[in-house]
Amino acid sequence: MSDTTQTGPVLAADGTPLKRSLQRALRREKLRALLLIAPLLIFVLVTFIAPIADMLFRSVENDIVADTLPKTVVALKSWDFHSGEAPGEAVFAALAADLQVAVEAKTHTRLGSRLNYEKTGISSLFRKSGRKVKKWDLASDAPFREKFIKIDKDWGDVDVWRVIQTYSGKYTNGYFLNAIDMEKGPNGPQWRDESQQIYLMLLKRTMFLSITITLSCLLLGYPVAWLLSNIPMRTSNLLMILVLLPFWTSLLVRTSAWKVLLQQQGVINDVLVWVGLVADDNRLVMINNQFGTIIAMTHILLPFMILPLFSVMRTIPPTYLRAAKSLGATNWTAFWRVYFPQSIPGIGAGSILVFILSIGYYITPELVGGTTGVFISNRIAYHISSSLNWGLGAALGSILLLLVLVLYWLYDRIVGIDNVKLG
Amino acid sequence: MPTATKEDGFVVFDHVQKSYDGEILVVKDLNLFIGQGEFLTMLGPSGSGKTTCLMMLAGFETATHGDILLGGKPINNIPPHKRGIGMVFQNYALFPHMTVAENLSFPLEVRGQGKSEREANVMKALDMVQMGEFGGRRPAQLSGGQQQRIALARALVFEPELVLMDEPLGALDKQLREHMQYEIKHIHERLGVTVVYVTHDQSEALTMSDRIAVFDDGIIQQLATPDDLYERPDNAFVAQFIGENNTLNGTVKAIKDGIATVDFGDGTLGEALAVNCAGVGSETTLSIRPERVDIGKESGPNAVPAKVLELIYLGDHIRCRMNVMGNDQFVVKVPNAAGHKHLVVGETTKVSWNSEDCRALD
Repeated sequence: MSDTTQTGPVLAADGTPLKRSLQRALRREKLRALLLIAPLLIFVLVTFIAPIADMLFRSVENDIVADTLPKTVVALKSWDFHSGEAPGEAVFAALAADLQVAVEAKTHTRLGSRLNYEKTGISSLFRKSGRKVKKWDLASDAPFREKFIKIDKDWGDVDVWRVIQTYSGKYTNGYFLNAIDMEKGPNGPQWRDESQQIYLMLLKRTMFLSITITLSCLLLGYPVAWLLSNIPMRTSNLLMILVLLPFWTSLLVRTSAWKVLLQQQGVINDVLVWVGLVADDNRLVMINNQFGTIIAMTHILLPFMILPLFSVMRTIPPTYLRAAKSLGATNWTAFWRVYFPQSIPGIGAGSILVFILSIGYYITPELVGGTTGVFISNRIAYHISSSLNWGLGAALGSILLLLVLVLYWLYDRIVGIDNVKLG
Repeated sequence: MPTATKEDGFVVFDHVQKSYDGEILVVKDLNLFIGQGEFLTMLGPSGSGKTTCLMMLAGFETATHGDILLGGKPINNIPPHKRGIGMVFQNYALFPHMTVAENLSFPLEVRGQGKSEREANVMKALDMVQMGEFGGRRPAQLSGGQQQRIALARALVFEPELVLMDEPLGALDKQLREHMQYEIKHIHERLGVTVVYVTHDQSEALTMSDRIAVFDDGIIQQLATPDDLYERPDNAFVAQFIGENNTLNGTVKAIKDGIATVDFGDGTLGEALAVNCAGVGSETTLSIRPERVDIGKESGPNAVPAKVLELIYLGDHIRCRMNVMGNDQFVVKVPNAAGHKHLVVGETTKVSWNSEDCRALD
C-alpha cells in the first residue's frame, strides 16, 4: 500500500474519510452533553427566552381591532379623516354587522378597553352600543348611521373614527410612542399633552436613581471589600457573614425596617430631635421620597457590590503595594496607581450587577419611594396588574431591556467585558 | 571585604528583636553590621527569621526592640517609601497593568523626574539587564527569567544605595537560577551597590556573597565569608546546613594543643580540632566533610573501621555510603582517579582523616 501518492482526504483505517469518522465518534459525546444540559436549556427557554419574546411581541401586537371589526376596518380604508366628517353609511353598516358578531362573542368590551387607552370614553361607547345593536335586524333596520349617532353622538366624532382607523393595523408602534410620552396624532407622531407626560420623566429618574445607588454602593462597598480581603481568613469569614446577613432576611422585613428608622416619627428623627439637631416641628422627611429609595436600595444591593469586589481584591497580592512603596510611592500613590487599576474588574462587575438590578427594581421603591421615588418598573407593574394595558407595559419593559443592552455594549466598548470578574 | 563595625557599618542592626504575638521572639537580639558595597546573604531554613529581618530593614515590619541604622541614621520611624531602598520580591511583584517601561518608570515618576530623563534612565536600566527591546511588553508576556531581570532593573533604576532581595530566584528553574546568580553578582560588582540577599539555598549564598549570615531560630549562628563558613563552621548547625557533612558522636578524652581526642564509645579513638567543645568528659559532635575522608589507610591516629553500604557512580567521583561508628549515613567521596580503590558493597575497610579537617563541635 502506498498512501503517499494519494491526494484525496485522509482516510481512517476502515476506508471512510477521517473527518467523517471523527464526527461520528464525537457525535455521541455531543449528544450526551446535550442531554445533560437539556433540563436547564428547556427551563431557560420556557422561563426566560419565551417570556422575553412574548413581551417583545406584545409591545407591537394589535390584532384586536382587525379581528373584532373585520368588515368595518375594510370599509374604513377609503375614509379620510381630513374630510372632517364621520364616515358614510357603508362603514356604519359594516360596524353594525361586526358588532353583532362581537356582542355574541362578548369581545366588544375588550376592544372598547383597548381603544380606551388611546382615547378615553371609547370603552363606554362600545359597551352602550353593544347592548342596543344586539337587538337590531341587519336586513331591515338600515340605515344605521343615524341610529348609531342616536345611541351616542360620539359616533359622529371624527376623532373616534380616526383612532379606530389608526389602530386597525395588525401591528402598531403606538405602545412605544406611548412609552416615550408621544401619541399618534392626525399628522403622525406627536408629543402628548404636557400634563399627561410621565414616562420620559420616570425613565430619567430611574436612570438617575440607579446611577446614584450604584455610586453609593461602590463608595460604601469598596473599603469593606478592601478590609475583607486584607484581614486574616478567619476574621474575614466572620465579617463576610455580616455582609451576607441581609441576604438571609426577607426583603420586605428589611424595607419595613427602613420605614421604622426613617419615618418622621421614626428612630432617626427621634434621636436627632432629642439631641437637638432638629426641631420637633421640623422633622426631616427621609422616607416616601427619593432619599428613602436611595438609602433602602443601597442597603439591599450592597452585597452585590461587595462580593465581586472582594473576589477580585483577594487575588491582588499585598506585595504589589509593598513593591510600590519600596519604589518610593506614598500610600495614596501606591493605592491609586497600583492597587486601584487592578481592582477595576471588580468595580466593573459590581457596578453592572447593581445597576442592572436597581434599574428594574420594584418592591423597595413601591414601599419607601412615595411618589417622587418610584421607578419605571412600578409603572410597568401598574400597567400589568391594574390598568391591564399589557401592550404599554411590554413596550416599557422592552425599552428597559434595550437600555440595559445599550449600557452593556457601552461598557464593553469602554472598559471591556473581559475586564469583568465575578469570582 | 573588611568586616564592618558598628561605627562604619552602612546598615546596622543594633540589638534588634522582633515578636509578632508578644510571646515568641522571631528575631532574638540581632547585631549585624553591613559595610557599604557589600553583598551580604541571610541564609537559613524557613522560619529562621531572615525574611523578618529583611522586612524590618525595608520598613514593612517594625522592630519590637532595638535600632536599625542606615548610613548612620536610625530608620525605625521612617516609612518605607522614604527609605530609598530598592527591593526585589520573591514573585517579582511587577505591576501587571503597566508595561515593562511603565514599571521601570514608576519609581522615577514618583520622584518627580522629567519625562526625557525618565526615558533615558529606563533605557539604561533595561540595557543593563539586556532587556532593551522589551519595554513595550506587559509582564505577563515575559518568561520567568525575563520578569526576574525586569524586577531587578526596577529595583535599581532609581539608583538606590541599598538593594534588598527576598529569595528572588526561587521561582526559576535550576539552570536559569545559576545563570541569574552570576548575572546579579556581576551587576553588584559593576554598580558597587550594597545588597542584602535572603535565601534558603546554600549554593546560591556561597556563589554570590561577600559574607553570609546563617540564621537559625532567630539568631545568627555564624557570620563569615563563604570559604570560612564551609571550611570552618562554628557549630553543628552551620556544619550541617552548609554543604554535605558527616557527623560522629563521642566523648572528649583529652584536649592538647587545640586537638581533642575523642572516644567513640567503644574504645576507638579519633582526633579533631577542638573548635566548640566543652572540657574533658563532655559530649561532642565531630564534623568532617565527605571529600576530606580517606579510605583504606590501615594505620594512623584516625583510622576507624567502616562497612560499605552503598556505592553510587557519579562519573567524576563515586559516592560511598558507609556505616562508621554506628552512623550509617557516613558518606565518602572517592575520586574516580587512576588507580583508585575499588570497593564492594558489604566489604569492611577503614576510613581516616587529618585531625585538622575534623572539627569537634557542640
